[in-house]
Amino acid sequence: MSWLPANWSTRIYALLLLVLALAPFIFTWIGQPFYLDLLSRALILAIAVISLNLILGFGGMVSLGHAAYIGIGAYSVGIPSYYDYYNGWLHLALALTVSAVFALVTGAISLRTRGVYFIMITMAFSQMVYFTFLSLEEYGADDGLVIYSRSEFPEFISMEGATGLYYWIFALLLASLYFVHRLVHARFGRVIVGSKYNEQRMQALGFNTYRYRLVCYVISAMMCSLAGMLLGNFTSFISPDMIGWARSGELIFMVIIGGVGTLFGPLVGTIAFVVLEEALSAITIYWHLIFGIMLVALVLYGKGGIHGWLSLLDRKEEDRG
Amino acid sequence: MDWNLLISQLMNGLQLGLLLFLLASGLTLIFGIMDFINLSHGSFYMIGAYFCGTVVAYTGSFVLGVLIGLVGVFIVGALVEWFIARKLYREDHLDHVLVTFGLILIFDTLVHLLWGASGIAIPLPDVLNGQITLGNLVVPTYRLLIIVAGLLVAAILYILVAKTRLGMLIRAGASNRTMVEALGININRLFLFVFALGAAMAGLAGMLIAPITEASIGMGNDIIIVAFVVVIIGGIGSVKGAFYAAMILGLIDTLSRSYLDALLGLAMPSEYSETAAPALSAMLIYILMAAVLAFRPQGLFPPAGAK
Amino acid sequence: MLVKLIRTTLIASAIVTAGMAQADSVKIGFVTTLTTPAGVIGEDMKNSVEIALDHIGHKMGGLDVELIMEDDGFKPDIGKQKTDKLVKQDDVDFVAGYIWSHVLLASAKSVLDADKFLISANAGPSQMAGKRCNKNFFSTSWQNDQTPMALGEYLNQEGVKSIYIMSPNYAAGKDMANGVENVFKGEVKGKDLTKWGADAQLDFSAELAKAKASGAEALFVFYPGKAGGAFIKQYQQAGLQDVMPLYSVFTVDSIALPKLQAAGLTGVLGSKNTQEWSPDMDNATNKRFVADYLKKHGKYPAFYGAQAYDSIMLINSAVVATGGNLKDKDALRKALMAADFDSVRGRYTYGNNHMPIQNFYLREVVEDSEGRWTTKIVKTVYENHQDPHAKDCKM
Repeated sequence: MSWLPANWSTRIYALLLLVLALAPFIFTWIGQPFYLDLLSRALILAIAVISLNLILGFGGMVSLGHAAYIGIGAYSVGIPSYYDYYNGWLHLALALTVSAVFALVTGAISLRTRGVYFIMITMAFSQMVYFTFLSLEEYGADDGLVIYSRSEFPEFISMEGATGLYYWIFALLLASLYFVHRLVHARFGRVIVGSKYNEQRMQALGFNTYRYRLVCYVISAMMCSLAGMLLGNFTSFISPDMIGWARSGELIFMVIIGGVGTLFGPLVGTIAFVVLEEALSAITIYWHLIFGIMLVALVLYGKGGIHGWLSLLDRKEEDRG
Repeated sequence: MDWNLLISQLMNGLQLGLLLFLLASGLTLIFGIMDFINLSHGSFYMIGAYFCGTVVAYTGSFVLGVLIGLVGVFIVGALVEWFIARKLYREDHLDHVLVTFGLILIFDTLVHLLWGASGIAIPLPDVLNGQITLGNLVVPTYRLLIIVAGLLVAAILYILVAKTRLGMLIRAGASNRTMVEALGININRLFLFVFALGAAMAGLAGMLIAPITEASIGMGNDIIIVAFVVVIIGGIGSVKGAFYAAMILGLIDTLSRSYLDALLGLAMPSEYSETAAPALSAMLIYILMAAVLAFRPQGLFPPAGAK
Repeated sequence: MLVKLIRTTLIASAIVTAGMAQADSVKIGFVTTLTTPAGVIGEDMKNSVEIALDHIGHKMGGLDVELIMEDDGFKPDIGKQKTDKLVKQDDVDFVAGYIWSHVLLASAKSVLDADKFLISANAGPSQMAGKRCNKNFFSTSWQNDQTPMALGEYLNQEGVKSIYIMSPNYAAGKDMANGVENVFKGEVKGKDLTKWGADAQLDFSAELAKAKASGAEALFVFYPGKAGGAFIKQYQQAGLQDVMPLYSVFTVDSIALPKLQAAGLTGVLGSKNTQEWSPDMDNATNKRFVADYLKKHGKYPAFYGAQAYDSIMLINSAVVATGGNLKDKDALRKALMAADFDSVRGRYTYGNNHMPIQNFYLREVVEDSEGRWTTKIVKTVYENHQDPHAKDCKM
């Protein structure tokens, strides 16, 4: 059957996308509308995780502050809505501009450092964002802000219904995947990946790697703010709690679980994380124990994350063929 | 200016700084020598407090609680090194973060299972519950004890690191690991000892603070990030740096909490300064760290010979 | 054929994970905090809910009661997600619980938009009492402002001239501080809002030193949960109990007291606080509730538990009044509004905003006949008190 994708992992990912595309119908069909909520949340986080993987996986920039951009995106919906501005384009413009400016300024400083220092400095900046929103009493401070009406894009399908919002999320997810795919295969991406492994070599080739990395960081931040905007609309609520360093940590874990520096790794990693969290917490309130053991086992015995395991299938296939 | 108040605030800052140092010294050694990021270092802080509290509940002796607690945490630390950390020293930092986050979840839940959610109080002997008068300054006795104990441990650690053969190996390990290996030292045993010693010191910090705040689930996770800030500002692997950085952060935190709103009140109406001050004082240590990283990424007091 | 098979399998697996749906039952979702150190509050509520269900034989108006407990993990977005699950997947009739204002605010929309009943057993943010009041929202606790207002009123009655205020720096913390400040007629010598949240400040040495130096006559604090125990210890260790008497709200409760007693902190004995309920209240329902709780768990219930017990009893009264007809929302609402049940705090009524109109009492920390530390009512500060936000509610 020559029309089938060549290897097993690609076939599985194609099937996954197909299932995701039909998810609202499947869940209505089996009478479980709540599963769509769960999936919506997973896919929103997946966009954020894909954006993080762009700098972390491909660029070697481990940011422990990406949740700040989710916060910026979500508050870009929440604050205008607080003043009864529901125009989606306004929310979108605000999210993209503020995140770009913040990423440009903090990225310019952060990228002077590398490795663990980069982890810590991005964490520091995100903590500043966290404490800033925490002190904004007008916008609810730590009580958070309830978003009573979702962003309005009159030109497109409405976000109000669960299915409408889901397709917004799904469309932006596909766009993110395609965008990252094109980006890393373009010259830009090769410079980014190249400077992860050997920055001096790339510089010797005449590339201003600092500038490339900064642009990459800004792009990633803007993508992440998009996820934040969706999250604000989805939960109809935003609080500083969603910005703390622990949340940034969770995003990193999702990348690792799925597979660092791969296209589909972040997507499957996030879905696995969200589904596991929900399924385990339904069993016992001590579910963190099981989850913790799984994380430890993953690092000790499960190299390469889910994508890595799927690739094993491909290798077997090749061995046979 | 109320000088008595200032002096007691300086002592409070000193106390906080010393506790941070106890946590950060182990963290910075583990980080510097084994190149291992241990997010779960705060779990040792929590475990120390729970061990100590349990022993005190059975024996009624705080001193016994601390001694047995120290041995207990040392053993837990050694077990973590033996079964988990050891296998990952040469792996990516991301693996360290993931595995030690998993350990945090495991330890927190185990504590929840064993001791319940409510946390445990650690009663102090009556002598320690009172106050001591120094001139016209009245200080809680127990806080004085924390300061004395903290300084004592810092001094012992200084002697250990600066004056002994073991300390020489540790220092050498922090600045140049391959050299120590070339000397034919049993590096595994050295790592095991450093890891467990760091755990025990974190545990001690937990035991010292618990009679004030109680032992509770996740108590170490709240403070571990600040301890990391100390490590970074002080310079990774530098015990001396950790000491100075911990003092600086302890003082900044305490003094900004006590004087910042008055200071901001000079520039803005009090209803704003009242809420802006706590936010800003919480932010200060991160601003400081970002500044240090931007201008002197190796930290303020990097270990000698480190790149 | 294949399609049908897939569908049956999927539905079957969905039902297995969701739990078998029963037709003739009252489904109640209960959202509280069961993990993190705050889990101790959720435990108190859970214990009390179980006692309430035992007392009514796990039946309401002839229907079986199906209770689904969910843990919000102390996070508003998790609370909202669990609420969504209760509403959409479990299709519950009532959602009750909620310790925290921010979790309640985040979750309220999901419940109310689905035209289900929301019963807060603790959180009472001003929005829900005022502008955002809702026909399907009821409280078995209080509005956040009321308890501190009662305390401020008591300070006036006692002729206290000056106070120093300490409270965590978050919305409810500020509400509590403002509540006292608005009512108290004397001088506020100083005020500290301390860091709260995941890495809350638990060492109050700097603030206590300031308070002492301020020369205020009394100290007012609001430190819920684990911070309460920590605060009391440091208050005593700093030797303040002889200089500045302590007045508090939601700080010294049945959760903190056993631990304070274990630590031998006698400084808390005699300290005063205000509340709408106390374990020693002299009515049949309360006596039974407290006695059963003591027997089962060996300690006193806290006000969280008392309010949770009431939330089940309130639902029960409505289901009984409508004869188990859960479809008739209007009748249910009317029955809830009547609050026709014997609350552990004695009878109370509902205001236009569905917040209780009730008494507030001054409580003192004492030792009971068996040597356990508990609280005892000293006097009534407010009678039939209504919260100040009711006027903003258009119902």
